[in-house]
Amino acid sequence: MELIFEKSVKGRRGVTIPASGVLPAPKLDSSYLRSEDAQLPEVSELDLTRHYTRLSQLNFSVDTHFYPLGSCTMKYNPKFTEEIACMPGFAALHPLMAHTGSASALVQGALEVIYETERLLAEITGMERVTAEPLAGAHGELTGIMLIAAYHRRKGNKKRYVIVPDSSHGTNPASAAVAGYEIISIPTAEDGCMDMEAYKAALSEETAAVMLTCPNTLGIFNTAIKEVSRLAHEADCLMYYDGANLNAMLGKCRPGDVGFDVVHLNLHKTFATPHGGGGPGGGPVGVCKRLVDFLPVPYVAKRDDGVFYLEDKRSHSVGRIAPFFGNYGVMLKAYAYIMLLGAEGLTRASEMAVLNANYCLKLLKKYYTLPYDRRCMHEFVLSASKQEAKGVRALDIAKFLIDKGIHPPTIYFPLIVKEALMIEPTETESKESLDRFIEVMAEADRLSKEDPEMLKKAPRRTPVSRLDEARAARMLDCSHI
Amino acid sequence: MEDTKGYYTPHTEDEVKSMLEVIGVKSLEDLFGDIKSENRPASFNIPEGRSEQEVGAYFRRLASLNCPGIVSFLGAGFYDHYIPSIVNALSSRSEFYTAYTPYQPESSQGTLQAIYEYQSVICALTGLEVANASLYDGGTGLYEAVMMAYRATGKKKIVISEGANPVYRSMLRTYTRNLEFRLVEVPLEKGRDSREALFKALDAETAACVLQNPNFLGAIDDHTDIISRAHDVGALAIESVYPISLGILKTPGEMGADIAVGEGQSLGMPLSFGGPYLGFMASKKKLARKMPGRIAGATVDRDGRRGFVLTLQAREQHIRRQKATSNICSNQALCALRAVVYLSALGRSGFRRLAVLNRDLAEYAKSGLSAIKGVRLEDGVSNFNEFTVTLPKAAGEVFEKMIVSNYLAGLPLSKYYKGMDDKLLVAVTESRTKEEIDGYVRHMEKALWS
Amino acid sequence: MEIPANLLYTKEHEWALLEGGRVRMGITDYAQEHLGDVTYVEPPEKKEIKQFELLTTVESVKAASDIYAPLSGEIVEFNGALDANPELLNRSPYGEGWIAVLEIKDESETAKLMDSEGYSDYLKSLEEKK
Repeated sequence: MELIFEKSVKGRRGVTIPASGVLPAPKLDSSYLRSEDAQLPEVSELDLTRHYTRLSQLNFSVDTHFYPLGSCTMKYNPKFTEEIACMPGFAALHPLMAHTGSASALVQGALEVIYETERLLAEITGMERVTAEPLAGAHGELTGIMLIAAYHRRKGNKKRYVIVPDSSHGTNPASAAVAGYEIISIPTAEDGCMDMEAYKAALSEETAAVMLTCPNTLGIFNTAIKEVSRLAHEADCLMYYDGANLNAMLGKCRPGDVGFDVVHLNLHKTFATPHGGGGPGGGPVGVCKRLVDFLPVPYVAKRDDGVFYLEDKRSHSVGRIAPFFGNYGVMLKAYAYIMLLGAEGLTRASEMAVLNANYCLKLLKKYYTLPYDRRCMHEFVLSASKQEAKGVRALDIAKFLIDKGIHPPTIYFPLIVKEALMIEPTETESKESLDRFIEVMAEADRLSKEDPEMLKKAPRRTPVSRLDEARAARMLDCSHI
Repeated sequence: MEDTKGYYTPHTEDEVKSMLEVIGVKSLEDLFGDIKSENRPASFNIPEGRSEQEVGAYFRRLASLNCPGIVSFLGAGFYDHYIPSIVNALSSRSEFYTAYTPYQPESSQGTLQAIYEYQSVICALTGLEVANASLYDGGTGLYEAVMMAYRATGKKKIVISEGANPVYRSMLRTYTRNLEFRLVEVPLEKGRDSREALFKALDAETAACVLQNPNFLGAIDDHTDIISRAHDVGALAIESVYPISLGILKTPGEMGADIAVGEGQSLGMPLSFGGPYLGFMASKKKLARKMPGRIAGATVDRDGRRGFVLTLQAREQHIRRQKATSNICSNQALCALRAVVYLSALGRSGFRRLAVLNRDLAEYAKSGLSAIKGVRLEDGVSNFNEFTVTLPKAAGEVFEKMIVSNYLAGLPLSKYYKGMDDKLLVAVTESRTKEEIDGYVRHMEKALWS
Repeated sequence: MEIPANLLYTKEHEWALLEGGRVRMGITDYAQEHLGDVTYVEPPEKKEIKQFELLTTVESVKAASDIYAPLSGEIVEFNGALDANPELLNRSPYGEGWIAVLEIKDESETAKLMDSEGYSDYLKSLEEKK
């Protein structure tokens, strides 16, 4: 499709700018002015509408396609929560009102949302206190690691390492590296969990933290999790929970109860806020009692008379990690979601998520290798190694799924599984949706034996197919200007 | 009693039963067998789920406790601009907002092309050659720019003007604490950047010079000479800019800046009590590979058709011990979409006219306020749509009086700058009418003198 | 998997070819295969470099990899052809895809490198670990 720039016609006007009703301002010194107008498109509103409407139709989305991306929790985004976030009583508020004198009395409802969301998230995760300030999952991870580093610094601990299982997501070690730690990677044992002997050997007085997701990226819940925590705490090593997989265990298990000290959540995964094509998200962080004093400031507190205010004091706060309270609009949606579902609904979400995943696993293991052959939780990992022997890779299967109107699962992750396909159906998918997915995956297997070219040529029903990524990186073209 | 609670899960009783059979277990609880009783929640005191009507009523009550109808002259980096209806209409298409990060390009050309177009308009605004797909906000964007300078020069001293947003400076301090950076904050002089002070601070150990235009106090400047000096000592120049001002003001590119960052909230995002916002970033081409975050790049497919992909992904997960990496690099895709629709809706001349309109209204407010006894403006300072007034009384007190008259008078600067108890930062956007400004000036006079 | 007999190798998959007082270096066939399509090779920023110190970075579609100096010395040449044609690293890692030439100080440092047999054994041991 043409670019919006390529549809420009000189002199075309878009929206009307009102007249000022006042005299023009005195001219500015020319040294302050740009020499030429910004080369923005010149299109009519109809052209603009057609352009972005047609572009949107080139996308797969949850609202149009099944999207079983592992660890992404592509569940249905309730439209009701969109309405809440748009209410002018929230959307029009300037954040500095909360910081400036009695203007704070004019945003009490807005502050209550933050207070309550943080309180509910703390209860859901079993943590002592939550901050909703981090602006995305990765940002939450960074904040969590900063809290851990601050804790150790304060105690005078000399910590060098962070332990991660080799099945972990790449952002975990990246966050640790930013805080100056080195990584010790623990291999995954045959049961799909972190190898306990290797873990014990790695723990020392130099290990700062263990970063885990639970269930792990293979969708397996570590039954020895409390033992893992106990061993870590013995070495004054903190337990960090990557909340990407929380959708597996809402109401069934809380990270705070099994020994985690720091938790980050993904509002755009577990709490159904839309992914937006890559953001905005929200990455609240929860902590245990001994880390509360390190949390960012300012935070929303409540006086005895019920008035909300911003508290600036936290004895060892790491400082400010976001301009204001976090992605407030996203937080509103998550809060509304929690209120709609309640305890029963959240628990039901996990039950159905785990049911859906196990149903798919049972039916798909006929066709694909299951490297860790056991029940899963909300997601599981298959290997396309059988198909690879016939020259068909996970990538080809993914492209074939696109032709069939299904967004592919996560591929080539976790790194410990060859030709990995990580599948997370989520609880909002119906049995028919799953049955169709299984049919298509079975067809892909069949074609890998009978007609592998079909898969290698895929996708053929999309506007573009098999884009040259090497060329994009070599000849960087990221702007039309 | 029928179970009427769907919770967005479509499963009927029968379906659950037959699925359990296929799996080979008797009950749902069997699926959670790995979570032993000692690992079950100690409590789960979440209130019962409610209907849309009930939850809606709750939020409407909370919303009514807030006062969005107050007439606002408060900016300080985040502005009340009018959002054309086309922005909401197009960005609320669910094919855009319920899509995922575009890792599978064939199924995400909508998102990818929109990001490419967004990158292009950011280049058009800033006068620089490459832009990324956005960062969380202007503050994390500023941090990322500083990290780019560190990666490019290997040096750890950052010279930063106090004209840069104090909230961003505070965030920068938090993020660089563990990295042993030296932040040298250079005070303003009479509301503007002092060449003397900045030139003194810039030396061979400096990785970057960070400037803001217009500065936090609203003053416009031409930073070309400071940027040139930064280059002389081998430092990079980072310019933090207010995007609407680029409708008329000299661009970071024209000034010679290496990196431009800023808060894109004004480009079609509501104030929304603090977020979601939009951190934009653009740089010279030679720094492209040091840029954090996603970048959408144009390429061709196997049949030679043009398409777009996420590129330079190598930067994302790579860990380089010797040089600290960033990990805060996802993007605010939906906000970026709003920005490109907004800028395309205004168009080339509309964007300039909007900037002129903002300035005209601000100058009108300025002259109204300065006509009040005892109210002074800073000498020799030019402004865009925000300016600092010195009041004959404590600005905080005046702010309180104005609230009673239903005005957010501006930002009392004592919160962020020493010795500025009598100074108020006033912003005027196209959302303010001549009548509102007249009313504001009248009430200001009353607040000061009656 | 090509492992030319006349070269020396490092654990980080660089090769070294001694050229009388100088050493030419690049990355091995194994390395280029694992990197995938190379998209960019950053010109080294240093002049003087120690053995096993970071020389530069090679970027591919999948990842960015650090490249280390096989011997200490002064970087006197960088393969400019890689700028326009980074794919040379994939196509001809031991030939046209060379990365840099260093003038070396201490040839005895080669004792810390592996010969082609040693490198071949090393690669086998890596495969087994998987």
